[in-house]
Amino acid sequence: MNKILIGVLLGALLGAIDGATAWFTPSVRGMIVGIVFGSTMKGLIAGVAAGIFARKINSVPLGILFGLGVGFLLAFLVALKQHGYYFEIILPGSIVGMIVGWATQRYGHVAAAMQRG
Amino acid sequence: MTFLSDKALGRLHGSEAPDLSGTRFTLCELIARGGMGAVYVAEDEKLSRRVALKVLDTLDANGDLTARLTREARILAQLEHPGIVPVHDVGALPDGRVYYTMKLVRGCRLDKHVAQLDSLPQRLRLFLRVCDAVAFAHARGVVHRDLKPANIMIGSFGEVLVMDWGLAKIWGEREVTVGEKIFISSPKAEPENPSTESTVITGRGTVMGTPGYMSPEQARGDTQEIDLRSDIFSLGTLLTFIAAGGVQGKSPALPRALLAISVKATAENPSARYANVSQLAGDLSLYLDGLPVSVYSENFFERFGRFFKRHQAAILLITAYLIMRVLVLFFFHR
Repeated sequence: MNKILIGVLLGALLGAIDGATAWFTPSVRGMIVGIVFGSTMKGLIAGVAAGIFARKINSVPLGILFGLGVGFLLAFLVALKQHGYYFEIILPGSIVGMIVGWATQRYGHVAAAMQRG
Repeated sequence: MTFLSDKALGRLHGSEAPDLSGTRFTLCELIARGGMGAVYVAEDEKLSRRVALKVLDTLDANGDLTARLTREARILAQLEHPGIVPVHDVGALPDGRVYYTMKLVRGCRLDKHVAQLDSLPQRLRLFLRVCDAVAFAHARGVVHRDLKPANIMIGSFGEVLVMDWGLAKIWGEREVTVGEKIFISSPKAEPENPSTESTVITGRGTVMGTPGYMSPEQARGDTQEIDLRSDIFSLGTLLTFIAAGGVQGKSPALPRALLAISVKATAENPSARYANVSQLAGDLSLYLDGLPVSVYSENFFERFGRFFKRHQAAILLITAYLIMRVLVLFFFHR
């Protein structure tokens, strides 16, 4: 499995799980479907970005840092749109980004064309 | 058994530089002197490069030493591997002494190099590269029989080279005997240079190797029993030496799995050792990857510790996520 695919799958899965935890916040429980969808898309984007980064740079600490950056940025944009819930959205989003960044560095292989290049 | 110091050995051998007239080489300097011959730096005039030239120390009346040196060169010529020093040429000096030239390796000996490496995994990866070269030789039917730190060089670019194949044996080949002498340099006799363990060569071809590194069957002079597992014994002692950071004779506090690998490799009975170098290297690779090794059954806590170490980053990240989720739940709950 290549690094981008790992990023996409893990990002989507963790994004969906992260979105689903909104169920514990009664005030947003009614919007759970939209939140899960949005969070999954956020995870997907972070996964693709982390996967591409991992193909180019082979460093676990840098991968985690990159994941943190992408996760933070995407979560911040979502929170900005929501006009609130900054901690609830940004903190988990950033950590999910870190996990995806780590996983894309640790697992998966670089495509043959990339290795030659 | 007679023990002689390196200095005494040098006096016995004589220190006359060989006459290279009539060859394409010019003598530069002496690098090392062993039980059979000496190794010099020489300039190859045709190719304008420096090579290492190994030549017999003395004139060989009965031809045994000549046969041994020629055989060593031929064995080396068969072993084309990045971890084995390549032979360039074989010839004879005007006085009849045989010589061969090989790649001149600039760098330092394993014992000195290992002492500079702080990280155990780094040292073990170095050992794996020695295993690669030895496994290659075994695949070609050659047993080194004298693996020790002094016979392993680390080149300037980090290349690992197994040297001195003078005692190498090809399976099924009759032993070439050398004479009635025993040359030993006791490490105790040279306290300022504890790693100059010299090779023991006996006349009847019975004992060949280096005390502290040779297998029990080598020490007994049981030549029929010597096979690749004798090298595995030497690799086991080398592994302990490397894991200890280049401290000879010290019993280091090794991780249990690593200790089990070393114990298995240095078993008294050859049949109790690893069957081949690949198995030894395989176990060591598993250890380096944080996976269970075949020769050690770990308890629950050790297994958990290894799992944690292997997946440290993931466990910490997931734990951080869960803690953060719980905190959000309790403190930002709306």
